[in-house]
This record gives sequence, structure tokens and C-alpha cells, in this order.
Amino acid sequence: MSELAPALGQILVLVVLLAVSVPRLARHLARVYTSPKHLAVERVAYRALRVDPDTDQHWRSYAMSVLGFSLVGVLLLHAYGRLQQHLPLSLGSSALPADGSWSTAVSFVTNTNWQWYSGEAALGHLMQMSGLTVQNFVSAAVGMAVAAAFARGLAGTGGEERIGNFFADLVRGVVRVLLPLAFVAALVLVLIGVVQNFTGNADIRTLSDATQVLTGGPVASQEAIKELGTNGGGFYNVNSAHPFENPTPLSNILEIYLLLLIPFAMAWAFGLIVRDRRQGAAVLSVMALLLTVSVGLLTWAEMAGPGTAPELAGGAMEGKEVRFGTAGSALFGAATTATSTGAVNSMHDSLTAPGGGITMFNMMLGEVAPGGVGSGLYGMLMLAVVTVFLAGLMVGRTPEYLGKKIGQREIVLVACYVLVTPFILLTGIAVAITAGDGLAGLQESGPHGLSEALYAVTSASNNNGSAFGGLTSGTPFWNTLLGLCMLFGRFLPMVFVLALAGRFARQHHVPPGTGTLPTHRPLFVGLLTSVALVMVGLTYIPVLALGPIVESLS
Amino acid sequence: MTALTVKPKAGAKPAGTTSLLTPGQLREALPGAFRKLDPRELASTPVMLVVEIGAVATTVLSVVDPSTLGWLVTAWLWLTVLFATLAESVAEGRGKAQAASLRALQTETTARKVRGSFDQLRNTTNLADLPTAEVPSTQLRTGDVVVVAAGERIPGDGEVIEGVASVDESAVTGESAPVIRESGGDRSAVTGGTVVLSDQVVVRITSDPGQSFVDRMIALVEGSERQRTPNEIALNVLLGALTFVFVMVVVSLYFVADYSGAKQSLLVLTALLVCLIPTTIGGLLSAIGIAGMDRLVRRNVLAMSGRAVEAAGDVDVLLLDKTGTVTLGNRQAAELLPVSGVSAARLAEAALLSSLADETPEGRSIVALVRQDFNTVTEADGSGGELVAFSASTRMSGLDLPGRRIRKGAGSAVARWVHSTGTPATSEVTVELDALVDRVSRTGGTPLVVAEQVGAGRARLLGVVHLKDIVKEGMRERFDEMRAMGIRTVMITGDNAVTAAAIAEEAGVDDVLAEATPEDKLDLIRKEQAGGRMVAMCGDGTNDAPALSQADVGVAMNTGTAAAKEAGNMVDLDSDPTKLIEVVEIGKQLLITRGALTTFSVANDIAKYFAILPAMFVVAYPGLDDLNIMRLSSPESAILSAVVFNALVIVALIPLALRGVRYTPSSASDLLRRNILVYGLGGLVAPFVGIKLLDLVISLVPGI
Repeated sequence: MSELAPALGQILVLVVLLAVSVPRLARHLARVYTSPKHLAVERVAYRALRVDPDTDQHWRSYAMSVLGFSLVGVLLLHAYGRLQQHLPLSLGSSALPADGSWSTAVSFVTNTNWQWYSGEAALGHLMQMSGLTVQNFVSAAVGMAVAAAFARGLAGTGGEERIGNFFADLVRGVVRVLLPLAFVAALVLVLIGVVQNFTGNADIRTLSDATQVLTGGPVASQEAIKELGTNGGGFYNVNSAHPFENPTPLSNILEIYLLLLIPFAMAWAFGLIVRDRRQGAAVLSVMALLLTVSVGLLTWAEMAGPGTAPELAGGAMEGKEVRFGTAGSALFGAATTATSTGAVNSMHDSLTAPGGGITMFNMMLGEVAPGGVGSGLYGMLMLAVVTVFLAGLMVGRTPEYLGKKIGQREIVLVACYVLVTPFILLTGIAVAITAGDGLAGLQESGPHGLSEALYAVTSASNNNGSAFGGLTSGTPFWNTLLGLCMLFGRFLPMVFVLALAGRFARQHHVPPGTGTLPTHRPLFVGLLTSVALVMVGLTYIPVLALGPIVESLS
Repeated sequence: MTALTVKPKAGAKPAGTTSLLTPGQLREALPGAFRKLDPRELASTPVMLVVEIGAVATTVLSVVDPSTLGWLVTAWLWLTVLFATLAESVAEGRGKAQAASLRALQTETTARKVRGSFDQLRNTTNLADLPTAEVPSTQLRTGDVVVVAAGERIPGDGEVIEGVASVDESAVTGESAPVIRESGGDRSAVTGGTVVLSDQVVVRITSDPGQSFVDRMIALVEGSERQRTPNEIALNVLLGALTFVFVMVVVSLYFVADYSGAKQSLLVLTALLVCLIPTTIGGLLSAIGIAGMDRLVRRNVLAMSGRAVEAAGDVDVLLLDKTGTVTLGNRQAAELLPVSGVSAARLAEAALLSSLADETPEGRSIVALVRQDFNTVTEADGSGGELVAFSASTRMSGLDLPGRRIRKGAGSAVARWVHSTGTPATSEVTVELDALVDRVSRTGGTPLVVAEQVGAGRARLLGVVHLKDIVKEGMRERFDEMRAMGIRTVMITGDNAVTAAAIAEEAGVDDVLAEATPEDKLDLIRKEQAGGRMVAMCGDGTNDAPALSQADVGVAMNTGTAAAKEAGNMVDLDSDPTKLIEVVEIGKQLLITRGALTTFSVANDIAKYFAILPAMFVVAYPGLDDLNIMRLSSPESAILSAVVFNALVIVALIPLALRGVRYTPSSASDLLRRNILVYGLGGLVAPFVGIKLLDLVISLVPGI
């Protein structure tokens, strides 16, 4: 059997799984974010939070709720990190350094899950479970809430800038979507061999008579939400490359499926919320198209293995697990960078030069193909608004998306959104490779050193969380820089998205006609895809040229 | 006001035949272009301001560290800014020419101004012997008194203070029947531009020059105080954001290049920045806006605001008056339908007699029809008869001959007249006549009933003249186009529903509002707007004013009343209601031009990267030479070629910006497909070709 057959086979399995489950989950999601009913358990949560879930919030109030809730999350995690040695189940871990604790707190609250530390060595079970895992749930729910609010804004029939209730969205996202899915996923993962226990470190004598420390723990439960919530923070340092997290090719496919499930379902749910299924289908198509291209290119890059080292070794297997192979690693790599997951089952630093470039480009797309849970949808919708503005003019009408006019104020918000990530990323990379402390963290010099720094800054600014392992990021400089990138990269765009949701909610709906630019046809799908590629390409090609492109061409 | 019904000379030319960019125009525009280099003026276009700052920077760099490349790049950066200001200046120049021709028309009328105090003269002098002096109408001030005799044009708005005259106000009201204007009472106001048909009046002028309608138009056309339109501002914001991103790209590239051991000079980085930011659309954006207004002026439409022009592109519903827009203003006699017992010749003769002295188009068409179809009755002689004029109360007209009276008019009116002579109100004849009337109405025609009374006997009904509304030629095609563009057309008419539906069917409009009162019109507009649709309409009467101001695009006919013109946001000098369709097309074209050039501009960047990036880094990383897919001869030549291309493309596109991109009415999908192909794909490919060609030339320059 050729190598290609299993590579295509696993993709086929994935496509079938997604095709079956995405529309079902989407229907559920659309109900979750539009239904007026509350569950009993949710009412308890609202009472505990002292909020009225039926208040329709103004976008400003919604945004303040998002920011306030997230701030509390950062402070709590930071406190955990600094005080964990005093808490039970610490497994003897000591307090995290101030900068490391900040970076970790921000990282998990922003759904990035950048890990500068080695999870099994630095953190106790309590912090993992009640701190990080909780944030794995709620940070994902926050992203979904913002996307749902944006969709409701577009579906709004005019009047006020009210876009729903954040706390209701948050609680429902956790209670009705993430918890049940994660529960089932965790059970399945346990079933196929992922570890789930509360044992501490166990010393094992290996065949060569050396002593190896094996850390057990509640791995499967964290693994489920790690993928489902596109979080990516692994229980173990080597993440999904670790056999306790991802033991078999089957678990590999399942994990890839889990990380793609909600982002795609959100896109389909969007169509249902705006009461035009075709719109959701169009957005989903763009995501799928970009992901397909990315998977194809990365699989090609890893299987063909261009470059001196892979050619000498007869294959690009450095940093990859034999049980996954090049194709299984490439599929995971593309999926994890195209969603904002950042979990890895191979060492991205060891990807071939073009492969590394593709994973970076995936993240630079702004995590929209299909992106993080929620953030992927609103990111893609913002790009759709840009596309509509440019293309809409070409049909001779002032641009409108789903019946909402894109005027001066709307475009200001879109422009801010489009600016902010490049601003953070490009400033970040300039600082990182200029400051001595930044350069000190790089394993290599020259183009690959640049790639390491670029990957880190890109991953943080786009809230992905995966890394080129060559970078030593556990230093005050990198922790601070990447913490800032993650924080601004997550919340500034969110504020602009919510503001735009408010503007759209206030507008009356303009019914579409023959003269309106249709935003559900293949032509628009192609256009939106091109806009995403061209905008990202024009912004990042120069810096990519000196990193992965030079590496690939030399 | 005086000469408004005369087309402005330059404006009368169809847009296509006027050369868009002549050397003369450029020469005239140059001083303005240099004035616009002032950074304070450029501040409104951030893209070009960045280019200018870049040009200043490279100038300083070239002075400090002179090099051939440095000076050439500097020169071309300055040219880039200059080409952009030139485009705006040329566009403005065209508006200025329009304004000048409008202004020239104002001075063309001469007025006979009364010398001395009229109040003293009026008691001593005969009206015909007033001492007058000929002055240009533009010199008239409020309070001046002028004498206007038969055949002369009233030189300005004013009131009659002496005399009585019949005045042709068709230029203002569209009503061709002359009206009586006399001193005292409420029929004393006269409007500039109207013509005195008989007698002579003394008029006191009530408006100063500079205050009149035309003066306001001139100010708008010249556009010195041009307000940028909402969409233009929005696009500018987006272009500003793109510019900011590229500034970030270039700044970060400085540090990244430094890290990579391929330190770049500020000169090269500036050149890269200017090539990347959307200078093409940034430089042409205001020219496109000005030219859009100008295209309207060329079609003799004056827009009170650019906002209205943009709104025209968004129109979803077009309200069109039936008469004059959908149909020719005049109804034509199409056939004669006698009742049984009356010969066709008898009806023809009566119809002819009653119409011989009838100078209305309908009357003339009856004469023509009878002369053509019934040779036998041509000798009918109406002399000696007395004409009975049409009046709104009797709703009939006719002719009283010795011993014979003929009436024609609306069915009910004529029936009443017949009945008044003692004829029974209902009989077999009236039933038959009602059937005929109904038949004509159903086909969209207007039935004109003819009756006669011989001697003092009972009058009898003769039959019906079928007056037909003639739908203008080509209207169906235009409405089909509208439909393709997604615009719904609604015909408004005072006719009854049956007639209206028949004409709507024939003309191919989508919908019809029959027996419409001005209030109905207003309600319809409000209803459409409540559904989120944009409405355009045209109108001319005072009772159209509320609807005109409610509509998103309200085109007032220049012949309309002042109230109508005040209420609308555009005025059509030709008073051609079908122009509304062109206005919509111009609005769309304006937006399409912006979108097309933006797409073109952004698509250009891809080729520029392929030119400049290898040029910058090929020394440090020879592998990057693989990206030099255009095989440009040297790094210096590559950078300069990109900069020169970037500047020249602005000049090359000035005519397109002024003319607007080609627009064929079709659905949004078709338009998008075509424009993406031309401007997206074209924008992708063109610079590869252009930069390569420029490189072939530039590589010959010594020192590069």
C-alpha cells in the first residue's frame, strides 16, 4: 500500500465524521444561543453570579462583562500559580515565578494555552483541574459567546445596540455544549487508551535499567476539553505526542475531529441564527477550503520532505511520532494551527522549512480556518465584512452584509479589527529579535532563529499556543512579551467585534434583491478566500520571506 | 434663472464624445495640482500624505548621500504625489468649465430696466412709453423695475405691478396653456424664465443675483466646498487602515532585516512602503467623486449633494409618473367607434368639426386621424362656429355652429349634457356607449365621447374617440434592465385602475399606483422605506414636494415649481423624467469605479513584492533570487521599476477615474464576476507586465 492511501483515508474518515455531526451540533448551538428558556442548573449559576440572564445587554455592557469576567480569571489563575505550593494535590510543585505565573494566567484565559513550563513537572493536579481546566471551559465559552453575540447583531431587526446577555451565553456554552461534549469525549478517550487517574509520580525501571518518572493524572478529561475548546494546553509537556495523551492513530483522528468540531459547527449555526442557512454554508465553505489547502500543502511538505536533513534521513521524521507518521502529524499540525488549538502531536520546530511556514501562515490567517471556538467565526465574519465592502462597491451599491449597511462607523471598527493583530504581531517580532533578552531565547541563529521567534509571537498574538520548541520562552522577557501579545491579541479584537455587533443590531434590515451582492454563492466564497489570503500574504510575506521562505529556498 | 431651459453648451455634449484628458486640460490643471501638494490639503487623503512624507524623506536622504538611484526614486515619489493631485485638479477643472457655461447663460438675457423712479412715472407716462435701458439680467437687483413685452422672457423672479398679460409658464410648470398674470391680487407673481405671450407688463424684481436657483447650482458644480460622501469617507478609512498596516510591515521589516544581516537603507524601505500602500485608489479617490458629480452635470442633472448621487446607486424602487415618463405626454386618437345607427362618417365629421379649432395635441391628433381615414369629410367647414373651450367644471369642449352644437369630452360629462336636452338618461344607446367606453378604458386608452344637437332638438350620442396613451419607445427594454439591476419600477398615474393596469402591462413596469393623489405617493414612499428600501422619484408640482423630500433620491424637473426644486435633492435641467434611470446608473457607476480601482490597487501589490523583496535580500540570501520570477535585471532597476510603475499607473487610470468604469445594467452577480475578472485579475497581472517592461528600459540607465 502506498503512503498516500492511509493519508487520504484518515482525511476521509475525518470528513465523514464532521459531515455527520456538524449540522446536528449546529442546530443545538443555534438553539442554545437564541432560546429564551433557562435550565434549573443554569438558574443556580445565575443566582451565584448575581446576574439576570434575561437582560438584553448593550454591546458596551456585554464587552465590559467579557473583560471583567476574564480579568477575574487572570487574577485567580495568577494567584493559583503563585500559591500552589500551599494547596493540596500540589505534587510538591513550588510557586511559579511572577512572570511565568502571569504568562500562564493570561495564556489560559485567552484560550491560547501557551505553555512555557513542563505541565507534568511544574503544576499540581489542583491547579491543572480547578484552575486551568476551568479556564479551558470558560475561555472557550467566552469565544463562543462573542461569536453568538455578533451573529445575533447581524440577525437583529433594528432599534437598539443590544446583543444578548453575556452571562447567559457563557453559562449555556459551558452547561449545554462544552460539559456534555467533553464528558462524552473523555469517556471515549479513556476507552481507547488515554490515561485518567489521580496517581502522582511513579518511578519505573526501564529495560536499560534506568529510572523513569511517569506522571499519571486526570489526563483524558483535560484532553477532551483541550481539543473541544481549541485550547491546546496539554497535561504533558510534549502534549498530544505523549502516549498517555494520544496513544494511537485512532485517538489521533478523534482528537483532530474534536478540535475541528465546534469551530465548524459555529459557522453552520451562524447560518441558522441569521435565518439563512446558505450564509452559514458559505462561511463554512471558506473555512473548509482554506483548511483543505493547508492540509494538502503541509502533508505534501512533510511527506515529500524537502531539505537537506530529511533527504539524508530518507524522510522528515525528526520530531514526529512513529505511530502517527508524516501524514498523521501533518494533518494534526494543519488542524491545530488552523484552529487556534495549539496542541501538537509532533514538534513543529522540526517540521520541514515549508511545513513550518505553512503552520505559521495558518495562524497568521487570524485563526479563521476554521479557527478557535467562536473566535474563528467572528474572525471570518470580519473578513467577510471587508470583502463585502470591497466587492460590494463593484456591484454599484453601498456595501451591505446580510442586509446591514457597512457605512463609515462600521468600517472604522472593521479597520481597527484588521489592524490590531498585525500591529501586535509585527511590533512583537521587531521587539523580540532586537532585544538581547529576546535573542537569548532562540536556539538557532539566522533564518531558523527568526522562524522560532516569529512562530512564538504569531502563536501568542493569534491565541494559538503551539510553539517551535527550540525557543526557550520561560524567561521574564518572553513571558512578558508573549503575555502582552496574547492579552491584546484576544481582547482588543473582541471589543471591536462586539462594537460592530452593536452597530449592526441597531440597523434595520435591508431586504436583499437582485442588485444586492449575494454572499452565499461560490463566487463570494472564492472572493472571501482570496481576500483572506491576500490580506495576510501582503502583511506577512516580507517577514516570512526572511524566515521560512529563505529556509525553503536555500 | 433666465436661460435655464436652454441647455448649457458644454453640458449638451454627450459625455462620450468629449475628450477626457487633453493636453490643454492638463496644462490648466497643473497650477492647481502644485497647490494641492500642501500637506494641509493632502491630510484628507492619508495615503498620499504618507507618500509625500516619504518623498521628503528620500529627498533629504539623497541630499545627504547622493546616488543615482536615490535621486531617481525621489523624483518618482514626488511625481506620484503630483499625479494624484493632478487627477483631482483635472476633475475639478471640468466642473469649473460647466460652471462657467452656466454663468455665461445667465448674462445672455437682456432686460429692459425702467430708468428713474417708476412710482413717479406710472402716473404720468403711458405704459408703452416708459423710458427704459437695456441691461443684462444679471445686473438686476431686488426692487428694480423692468418692462417685459410680448415675446420677451421675464428676466428674473418678481411681481407684476402694472398691466396684465398672458404668460407661457410652461418652462416652470410644464402646463402649456398660457396663464393670466396681472397686477394686484394673488396672480401677480411671475417667475424668471417664463415668456410673455401677449400684452406688456411691468415687473418688480424680487431676487438679487447670486441668490437665485442657478447661482446655487453653480456653487455646487464648482465644488470648491465639496463635501466628501459617506461611502468615500468609509473607503478612505479602510485605505488609511491598509496604509497603517503597511507602515507597520515596513517598520518591522527594518528590524527583521537588521537581524537577518541584510540591513536595508531608508531609501529602499520608503520605496517599498510607497509601492505597497494603495496609492492608485488613494490618488484617484477624490477625482472619482468629483467626476461622478460632473457626469451628472453633463447629463444636465444638478445634484444638491454627493450623498444623493451615492444613494442613487442604492435605489430599490423607482417611482415614475405615467405621463411624460412612461408614455408620451400626449394622447393620440387611434380609432373612432360610432354607436349603432350612426355612420362612421357622421362621427368622424363631428369629431373633426369639434377639433378643428382645438390646438391641444389630442385635438390635433383627431384632425389628423379623420383626414387620414375619412377623405370624404375633409370639406367639413367649421367657420362661423363658436368654440366652446374645455373647462375643468364642464369637462368637455365643443363647437356651436348655426343650428348645430357638437360636444366632446369625458363620458359622464357628455351624457349629462345630452340628458339636459331632454334625451332619456338610459337607453339602448347609452348602454352601448358605456360598453364602448369601458372597452377603450380596459385597453389603457382614454375614451372621448362625442355628441351633437341639431337645432333645438334632443341631443344624441354619436360614439367614442379612442385616445391612446403611447408608451415611449424603448421603455420596456429599460424597465427590463432595471429589473435585471434589481430595481422595481412603480408607475404612478391618476388614471383609473383598469386603464393604469393596461398601460403598465404594455410598458412592462412591475407595479402600478392608480388614481394616485400626492398623499398616496407619499404613503407609498414611506411604506417602501419602512421595509428598508431606497426610493427614487421625480416630480415637478408643488404637491409633489412632500414626496420629493421624503424620497431618498428626489429629482425635480427644472420646469417644476420652486417648491418642488427646493424639496428634491437633484434637479434635471432637461426636465426629462426618464433621466431618473440614468441618475441611478451614474450612482452605481461611481461606486463601481471606486471598488474596481481599490481592488486593482491592492491586487497590484502582489507583483510588487515579487519585484522588491528579492531585490532587497538577494545579496544576503541568494536563494531568494528564485522569487525574482520577472527576471528583473538588477536590484536597483527592480526597485525603481516598481516605483515608476506605481506612479505611472495613476496617470494611466485618470481617464478611467474621470469617465467611470463601463457599466452595463445587469445583476449583481454578473457585475461582480466581470469586474473581478477585469480589475482583480487585471490588477494581478498588469504590474508583472508593466514592471518587466519598465525594467527593460530602466536597466539601460547608466548607474542603475
